[in-house]
Amino acid sequence: MKLRRKVYMVAGYNTISMGSGRKEFHPKKPRPGLEEYMKEAGQGVLKQIGGAQNVDECVVGNFIAARYNKQGNMAGFFPFIDEGLKYKPAIRVEGACGSGALALAAGIRSVLAETAEVTLVIGVEVQNSVKAVYGADILAAAGWAKERKEGHVHFFPGKFSDRAGAYYEKFGYDKTRHGMATWFKNAVENARLCPTAQEYHNTTEDLMAVGMTKPNGRSFVDNLNVFDCSKVSDGASGIAIMSEEGLKRCGIDLKDAVEVVGMGQAENDLTAAPADLTKLDTTAVAVKKAFESAGVTKDDIATVECHDCFSIAGIMAIEAIGYAEHGKGAEFVSEGHSSRQGKVPFNTTGGLCGWGHPTGATGVHQAVTIWEQLTGKAGDAQINIPADKPYGLTINMGGDDKTLVSIVYKKN
Amino acid sequence: MNYDEKFENVTVLGAAGKMGSGILLLTSMEMFDISVKPENKDKQFTLYALDISQKALSGLVKYVRGQLVKAAEKKLNVLRGVYAHRADLIDNADIINEYVFDVMSLIRPVTTLESAYESHIVFEAASENPDLKVKMFSQINQNSKVEPWFFTNTSSIPIGYLNKEANLGGRVLGVHFYNPPVVQKLVEVIKSDETKPELGELATQFIKNLRKIEVPSYDFAGFIGNGHFMRDALYGMSKLEQLKSEMSFAEAVYCVNKVSQDFMIRPMGIFQLIDYVGIDVCQFIMKVMDGYVNDETIHSPLLDTMMEINVKGGQNFDGSQKDGFIKYEKGRIAAYWDLDKKAYVPADEIAAKCDAYLGELPAGHTPWKAIVRNKAKNEVLSAYFNAMKETDNNGSKLALAYLKKSKDIGLKLVSDKVAYTPEDVNTVLLTGFFHAFGPINDFIN
Repeated sequence: MKLRRKVYMVAGYNTISMGSGRKEFHPKKPRPGLEEYMKEAGQGVLKQIGGAQNVDECVVGNFIAARYNKQGNMAGFFPFIDEGLKYKPAIRVEGACGSGALALAAGIRSVLAETAEVTLVIGVEVQNSVKAVYGADILAAAGWAKERKEGHVHFFPGKFSDRAGAYYEKFGYDKTRHGMATWFKNAVENARLCPTAQEYHNTTEDLMAVGMTKPNGRSFVDNLNVFDCSKVSDGASGIAIMSEEGLKRCGIDLKDAVEVVGMGQAENDLTAAPADLTKLDTTAVAVKKAFESAGVTKDDIATVECHDCFSIAGIMAIEAIGYAEHGKGAEFVSEGHSSRQGKVPFNTTGGLCGWGHPTGATGVHQAVTIWEQLTGKAGDAQINIPADKPYGLTINMGGDDKTLVSIVYKKN
Repeated sequence: MNYDEKFENVTVLGAAGKMGSGILLLTSMEMFDISVKPENKDKQFTLYALDISQKALSGLVKYVRGQLVKAAEKKLNVLRGVYAHRADLIDNADIINEYVFDVMSLIRPVTTLESAYESHIVFEAASENPDLKVKMFSQINQNSKVEPWFFTNTSSIPIGYLNKEANLGGRVLGVHFYNPPVVQKLVEVIKSDETKPELGELATQFIKNLRKIEVPSYDFAGFIGNGHFMRDALYGMSKLEQLKSEMSFAEAVYCVNKVSQDFMIRPMGIFQLIDYVGIDVCQFIMKVMDGYVNDETIHSPLLDTMMEINVKGGQNFDGSQKDGFIKYEKGRIAAYWDLDKKAYVPADEIAAKCDAYLGELPAGHTPWKAIVRNKAKNEVLSAYFNAMKETDNNGSKLALAYLKKSKDIGLKLVSDKVAYTPEDVNTVLLTGFFHAFGPINDFIN
């Protein structure tokens, strides 16, 4: 996909990723709903771009509010965010946990299609409305419904447990577990630098020790411990996608924007089992397309936000991008190359394991993090962006490597 | 008749009570597990929930339903397997609902004793009244054609007495659950000299299937649990009487309760525990025990007085605590009873004065909640109690004397042949009372 026009992202905003781990979270106390999260994120963006009158179109990414919150017709919340959005075009897109980046893709396409100069994109999910065992049923909709019956109580942890099990068998348990534990440690350490992260309050001293916990199939799944998993989260993220004309209209300085220089989208058959459990094939295709679209290689990337719904998925993403050979991803992590001081810092505000995973919001949150890093707005979580590597990469995944969007961003 | 067959028809007497409801719930879940075995698929399983009050039985049904939902949520791994053949049950929610429905379908809430006449197993959790128990057992035994096995949850009445008075021919065993039975791991098992060994074998299997811990006790009134608790409570009340010469009644309740909780690192203070069990229940158990104990008096005039003025403690059906020596708000201590004023005195009015009287907690104090989870708790406790011995304040002195008394009670239970071993005494206190350490220990010598 060649971009026929310059496209920018600006004015990112994240709500807190709310859920267990946050001090203010109490499962039995009332909490904000979807609309409040959308409002906070939407207004957070609008304030930075001169208000609702500058917006041409709106997109919301959400996975499954219809079941978590008994809510459909999500586009109708845009005018609730700001009256100025009333009567403007708005759509809702869905692609499971990839909904957020699908919303970005839709926003990018609007700008490319010249139907919009400024698109407001929000991703949102509110999942703490039900207990985790019922949430597992809801999230299972990201897979093929006909597989649910045979699936695990925790359907998606079960899927990635199978992947981890295959990976242990092929490449060895000990080094893989060490890589997964290191992934968890990095995630929490990064989250501690980001006030909106779900693990921001985490005080565990020996993160490696808990990350090394041996999985127990009787209490959870066979090959993952709970620290390998992203959390149940409520949250929303918002960002504006603009053309050059949009930037001018909103009075945004180029240095405060990142350019979208490439995008790769790929879809795989929801009814088909993975060809190889130890690989994320569709992720590899999407990243390859994104690099080709942008005309860059993995060596040009300063930082990556990947879809670590499970620590093993983070390790497999490293291999799918090509930073490590097949089977060497865990060592890549153990050796520190993906940490914030490493060759390619991954998930610098914690990623899904550390920042949180409000499913439909995640893709947008990744874009916001890259925007913050490339514009120097990441606060305590800021990493150095080398002058010869002015690019960032996001990978957002829906289902078990089914719905993929990968985007390459460039610092201005 | 094997284990599974025995469970085809079961009655729980006093099923709507505090203990009965828990025993009914556990039994219903065990019966479900038996009923879904392939070899049992054509058999009928029936569980009579017998109680005298329709209202209480309605409450029981609600309680059981709520507990079954929670239980199902926790064992979905197993239940997805159990219902693997049911193509219509896909989501976890589908399976939870079906499980709750299926288990509840085993239960028949009834109010007439006749229902028990066909039961092979009768669990009894009626009130702690020897005459009532004897009367029910006799009536069922005389009218039944199946020679039922009686499992009584009595916490104090000797099993041999029930066997003899109800003429049960050795078909009775003490199976004493702790409150609440769903949570507490401990089950005291008491055989009389006449009890048939088959009953013990079934109880052992049952307790194992419930993943609980069986501790045997000699057939002596009060057994291990109440044998310790009642004497421990009497000691606490004697200290209250003593402190009353120096302070108000409410302040003395505060002090003894605080010493027995915080200083002694127990899950709750002695007066909170008496309230939790119920002042009426404690009075009844002491009465039963006193009839069998010759070398000491197991009786509290204070409990009699409390009963006379209708301050009883105990719990509401929803598990919330009723007021007794202490007044509770949302489960937390709000005020302390003052017998002289016949009123509760708010905690914040007396706390500062009492805390000053007791003095600081000794160095190295760790709250009970933290210590039970600490793998190195013995080292921590040892250091703490050593520090207590060096601490010159009223709280530490009271606590040391109390701990010594608790140890003496434990040792006497062994020498009096109530408990088989010191370990059994400690296991009962650790698992039935959630203490962080057993009373028979080397911390206090």
